[in-house]
Amino acid sequence: MLKTFPKGGIHPPENKITSSKGIKKMTLPKVVYVPISQHIGIPAEIVVGVKDKVTIGQVIAKSGGFMSSNIHSPVAGTVTKLDKIIDTSGYKKQCIVIRTDLKDESNFTDIAYPLKTTITLEPKAILQKINDLGIVGLGGATFPSHVKLSIKEGTKLDHLIINGVECEPYLTADHRLMLEKAEEIIVGIKILMFALHIDKAIIGIENNKADAIETFKKIITKNDNIKIAALKVKYPQGGEKQLVRALLNREVPKNGLPLDVGVIVHNVGTIFAIYQAIQHNIPLIERVVTVTGKKLENPSNYWVKIGTPITDLVNEVGGLPEGTRKIVNGGPMMGKAIKNTDVPVTKGTSGILVISEDEASRGEPKNCIRCGECVDVCPMGLEPHLLMNLSEKGMYEKASSEDIMTCIECGSCSYVCPSHRPLLDYIRFGKNIVKKMNTSKN
Amino acid sequence: MSTQPIIVSASPHVHSDRTSKKLMYDVVIALIPAFLVSVYVFGISALIVTSVAIISCILFEYLIQKYLLKADVTITDGSALITGILLAFNLPSSLPIWMIIIGSLVAIGVAKLSFGGLGFNIFNPALVGRVFLLISFPIQMTSWPTAFVNNTNVVDAVTGATSLGIIKEGLNMGETMTEISSRIPSSIDMLFGFTGGSLGEMSALALILGGLYLILRKVISWHIPVTLLATIFVVTAIFWVANPEHYANPLIHLLTGGAILSAFFMATDLVTSPMTKKGMVIFAIGIGIITVVIRLFGAYPEGISFAILIMNAFVPLINKFFKPRRFGAKIKSKIV
Repeated sequence: MLKTFPKGGIHPPENKITSSKGIKKMTLPKVVYVPISQHIGIPAEIVVGVKDKVTIGQVIAKSGGFMSSNIHSPVAGTVTKLDKIIDTSGYKKQCIVIRTDLKDESNFTDIAYPLKTTITLEPKAILQKINDLGIVGLGGATFPSHVKLSIKEGTKLDHLIINGVECEPYLTADHRLMLEKAEEIIVGIKILMFALHIDKAIIGIENNKADAIETFKKIITKNDNIKIAALKVKYPQGGEKQLVRALLNREVPKNGLPLDVGVIVHNVGTIFAIYQAIQHNIPLIERVVTVTGKKLENPSNYWVKIGTPITDLVNEVGGLPEGTRKIVNGGPMMGKAIKNTDVPVTKGTSGILVISEDEASRGEPKNCIRCGECVDVCPMGLEPHLLMNLSEKGMYEKASSEDIMTCIECGSCSYVCPSHRPLLDYIRFGKNIVKKMNTSKN
Repeated sequence: MSTQPIIVSASPHVHSDRTSKKLMYDVVIALIPAFLVSVYVFGISALIVTSVAIISCILFEYLIQKYLLKADVTITDGSALITGILLAFNLPSSLPIWMIIIGSLVAIGVAKLSFGGLGFNIFNPALVGRVFLLISFPIQMTSWPTAFVNNTNVVDAVTGATSLGIIKEGLNMGETMTEISSRIPSSIDMLFGFTGGSLGEMSALALILGGLYLILRKVISWHIPVTLLATIFVVTAIFWVANPEHYANPLIHLLTGGAILSAFFMATDLVTSPMTKKGMVIFAIGIGIITVVIRLFGAYPEGISFAILIMNAFVPLINKFFKPRRFGAKIKSKIV
């Protein structure tokens, strides 16, 4: 029996059409738009001015505090503007616009460093470097990694969990990365194990990526203390709490963190970024993005510079097909629909999904028939129908006591609702108000 | 670039292909075997009762929504169709047509639409219609044409009590179960449908077939039917073991009356049953116990309709007290 989390979850069609497409280098963008807020927390502070020449990897915005992250120039070029543009959030955000210097060789040098397995830095220096080189969680939440790794004295940690689940349909960025950079990822894991003094690590991978599981199994040795765990395919297994439950049978307490049960979870993409930073001194200026959609001419996976306009990505795969009605930044379950492709790729962009006419619209909402499907599939043990009702009627106190804030917004409830009710929309709305209520109370 | 505007909506951007309409029509499909048996047993009158119930349920829904409520007409969602079929299944095949029409009006007008329509009703509409008729027209509602195997030529002319009715009457007159058992059909006959009773409760086998289809299609879960039937079996078995001459054996209780029909199709009504599996089990145990109490000690030979309606009233409470366990609410695992 394959491991999985016990309560709730769904299995939408996987549609991993790009899983056999190797990661290609994306054509160098002529202009990059680098938002200064690509992570959860305080935006970074701009340290360059218009007309400044920047080199590749130069810090262009400095971390604005502990809960923040440095931002580096993804290209060598000239800063042309400091402007507010609409990013993937749908809001205008401060961006540094850099025109790529097409004559600068460093933009074209393909950095293919040889694998470096010896760890030379001390734990403290490792954590400092992760902070300096702008590493944030690449799984989607873009939580600054150094914050996650700053563990209070006396915290008992016994497992490092590597999230290679990629449970979102369509997305294959992590899958390809695991196939192509397996050895680097293993070194990255060892770096973290060393830095955090953890002696056990588990890589959790869903069973639909059997080739990735095999690849890792071939290269790990017994002394590594790294286990590869095949998981049953079930969404949202990539959620931290679900993954910890599936792998270790430990339940992160309500409103708690994996840290509370002795675990720290990192995405494979983040681990690779950490490897690059520690072993080769490369800041986070590039990531893997899956550009996909059923009607796309040539969907594939790409190494993309942060700040690349999504238009460039779409052109790379043959342009938007006729009848495109929706463009999603991320996967179909949790990704954000964007209004147009002028939006840049950020550290949190794992995929671009292009949806055509037939699948773009939602069904007409009908009366709730109280079938209980939403309750069945909720991985957090909530009652989505009730939370929606409470939010709709403005009963936020009650919604709060029904644990609305523990919702992870996986969307399983909306996905299964046979009456097409906008469950998650109302729950998000209710969460926002409850959050405001809670902050004004404090 | 397409000319049509890009849609921006919140996640998720995909949806399963299940719709409430599909669920409803799955229920209709599941009812077909039992319907065919009823036509086989009762002939044209089964067809008439069922069509009248269906047509009047749909028509009343249309008329009330269009002219009284001035709201959207929802007759195509399949729910009125199911109410019609289920109401018919709970009626004797000899019931006058005008009574069926009254039953339909009560089911749709009172039990469903006055509560706010599909999803808002507390009580199972078909059962409210049935119980209304039972209380208003007790004689017609308990005159059951007996199955044709006993009366090959004149189907509708002969009426008799149901097996449960025979047992209740016999016990009231001081007979023992051994004496009564010669007058009720064998368990095998009950399984295949050659017994007296309402339209839909004829063949346990056909009903189980439909019920299994619903479970396989994940329209209903096994919790309500299995718990309900197990409760009836266990409780009646206790009485039977204590005094087999005074109480019918549990198999008779399972196979006669509306036990199987109710377990798979009436108690499992999505709208009027609890939301969680835990709640469903409590709900079904409640129905089972009340049913047996009415059957053994009440005035009516059969009480499952009342039992379901009574437990329907408890569903909001059950939903309130039997919530799913919140993730991380109580830590089971220990840190090693």
